Amino acid sequence: MSVNNELVTVNFGPQHPSMHGVFRMRVTLDGETIVDIEPVFGYLHRGTEKLAEERTYVQIVTLTDRLDYVASMSNNLAYVSAVEKLCSIEVPKRAKYIRVIVAELQRIASHLMATGFLLQDLGAFGTPLMYCFREREKILDLFEILCGARITLSYMRPGGIFQDTPNEFWSELETFMDNIPGQINELESLITGNEIVLSRTRNIGVLSPEDVINGSLSGPMLRASRVKWDLRKANPYEIYDELDFEIPIGATGDTFDRYLVRVKEMKESIKIINQCVKLIKPGPVRNEDVPLVIRAPENEAYAAVEGPKGELGFYLVSDGGISPYRCKIRAPSFMNLTLLKEMAIGGKIGDLIVNFGSIDIVLGEVDR
Amino acid sequence: MSFNQLYIFVGDLLPFLPDQIVFIFSGLSMAVTICTFILGIGAIYTWFERRVLAKFQSRVGPNRWGPFGLLQPIADAIKLILKEDIIPRAADKSVFIAAPIIFLATTLLVYSFIPIGDDSQLGGLNVALLFVLGITSINALTVFMAGWASKNKYAILGSIRAVAMLISYEVPMAVSLMGVVMLSESLSLVDIVNSQSSMPFILIQPLGALTFLIAAIAEMSRAPFDMVEAESELIGGYQTEYAGMKFAVFQLSEFLAPIFTAAFFTVLFLGGDSGFSFIPGIIWFASKTFLVTSILLWFRATWPRLRIDQIMGFAWKVLMPAAILNTLLVGLEIVFLNENYLLQILINSIVVCIFIYLIANILGQKKLILRNPVPSELANMDAN
Repeated sequence: MSVNNELVTVNFGPQHPSMHGVFRMRVTLDGETIVDIEPVFGYLHRGTEKLAEERTYVQIVTLTDRLDYVASMSNNLAYVSAVEKLCSIEVPKRAKYIRVIVAELQRIASHLMATGFLLQDLGAFGTPLMYCFREREKILDLFEILCGARITLSYMRPGGIFQDTPNEFWSELETFMDNIPGQINELESLITGNEIVLSRTRNIGVLSPEDVINGSLSGPMLRASRVKWDLRKANPYEIYDELDFEIPIGATGDTFDRYLVRVKEMKESIKIINQCVKLIKPGPVRNEDVPLVIRAPENEAYAAVEGPKGELGFYLVSDGGISPYRCKIRAPSFMNLTLLKEMAIGGKIGDLIVNFGSIDIVLGEVDR
Repeated sequence: MSFNQLYIFVGDLLPFLPDQIVFIFSGLSMAVTICTFILGIGAIYTWFERRVLAKFQSRVGPNRWGPFGLLQPIADAIKLILKEDIIPRAADKSVFIAAPIIFLATTLLVYSFIPIGDDSQLGGLNVALLFVLGITSINALTVFMAGWASKNKYAILGSIRAVAMLISYEVPMAVSLMGVVMLSESLSLVDIVNSQSSMPFILIQPLGALTFLIAAIAEMSRAPFDMVEAESELIGGYQTEYAGMKFAVFQLSEFLAPIFTAAFFTVLFLGGDSGFSFIPGIIWFASKTFLVTSILLWFRATWPRLRIDQIMGFAWKVLMPAAILNTLLVGLEIVFLNENYLLQILINSIVVCIFIYLIANILGQKKLILRNPVPSELANMDAN
């Protein structure tokens, strides 16, 4: 008897529990083994770049909230940095500190989401995810004190931040900072030594340093593959050159390293916030010379920050009008997604889902 | 009250009725009683599992309907009954409808053989152990029926996984029960319970109990072996196309499976309803079953899922040797250490520790040492 072996094409997404939004993969399977992957983008395309050409520079801040909606602060920071570079706007020192604090809080929140959903994709029934969400809620509460919003924050403005911090923010932040190291350790004790997690993630989806550099990857994906590169150190913006922190890197570049790098980065973020809280002094938080409707000089500027997912860059071209002539967004999620095929081919379906989860994408940013 | 008692009782009460009618009447009333009781237990268990899982995950859980959300199962049932019953156009209709019915029927059937008190509901079947193993194997078939009839790629993938996994795990499960049969010298569940009156079998053969428990978790495809449904990979596995009442039936059977496994484990290894005599046997039985269900729930709340090749490897590389080793040990001990239970317990506990240690070091992740990260020279910002 001869056995017919047929390849099966299965659509993963756009509606699928672990597609992190509306990403779609057309996967060709040989039994359980993956033969080919064809990613299909664009289900969440909202034309953000084109919309930006019709808005004033301050209005665009609200558009950036909706790119990577689990890390709005980082998006705001990247965008306002680009505008400040374009128009050569000075930013008061206190605003810089507050920006760094909120950006690092946002990094913790984003990495918590990434870790939780990675474990969810591994099949842990919600428990690690809920632990992560519990901590993220506290960060969102802090943001609510700052600006009234929890997800789409629009907290930053070209030339500073939208308003100074309320008094209760600092006491709440202190309580949070006292608790979060213990909570992260608790999460780590649940995951890091777990035999099943190790066997599912070690040596799975290994990316070599050459691969990640050729693929133009950034963020934890890049650093997990032993490439020590972080814009906060390599090209310090805001006040990162005054702060003392480490850049954690992975050992092999597998899925487990990507998880471990994120956990270590959360700990480094805690260190950064603690330093900022000590160093911050009273003062103005917004450059009052910046008008509400900015008329940028005929120029172009690119500014990038180390977002939670990687290098988040905004490239602005101005023709002298009240809105940019062109606004190009370098989205780290989109770049990081390009190596999914290399990671997943030859593996099993379970590996594909885990690799995909370890990339930590947000569709709002991929499709823009 | 078992079937035999009911049959005799009805026959004596109404002697003018023909024998066949008495048989059918007592059979039907027995069936209705068991089904109602089991389904009630299942409904309460769904509430319990969801509440406890919520506590594990620092959530609240269902708390809207009734005190502590106790009426939630009723609300769920009403919702699922009122939902549209969708059958995909391409589906094989008769098989699609039959699959959930057979699934629930087999799950309910095995409950009849669990001995509570000195007899099980259908009487002390003398090959009950074999019968239960046979009935639970039908699960693999029904899951495959459901997946195949759905004409859905996720469902087919899920059912292929199910067949591969369930058939693999039946072998170590059956072999791990050899020790129980050898010790009690019977295939009847009533005799097995009675032979544990002095010492529960979990102490005499811990390796067998462990193997059976793991294999049983895999048999009912719960975490960490839940890749048959594998929500994050296959959406719902074989249930993907099911909706409304059919889906409810699948869910109910799945919630009934851990209770049955726990009850079966209690009978085989924890001595059934035996205990200190001042507490009634039914309470002993219920509390032991509850303990085992809670352990199963704890596993589910904590552990991620294994991959398909790891699951299959685990069955053949770990559980199968463990089951065979257990059979060998018990056999040797029956011959050489005639009923010297304390010495058997000592030897077997040591063997279990050595076995787990060896497996963890040979097949586990401990052999992979975490290397210290070395920055690559390609883009090292500290270098320049």
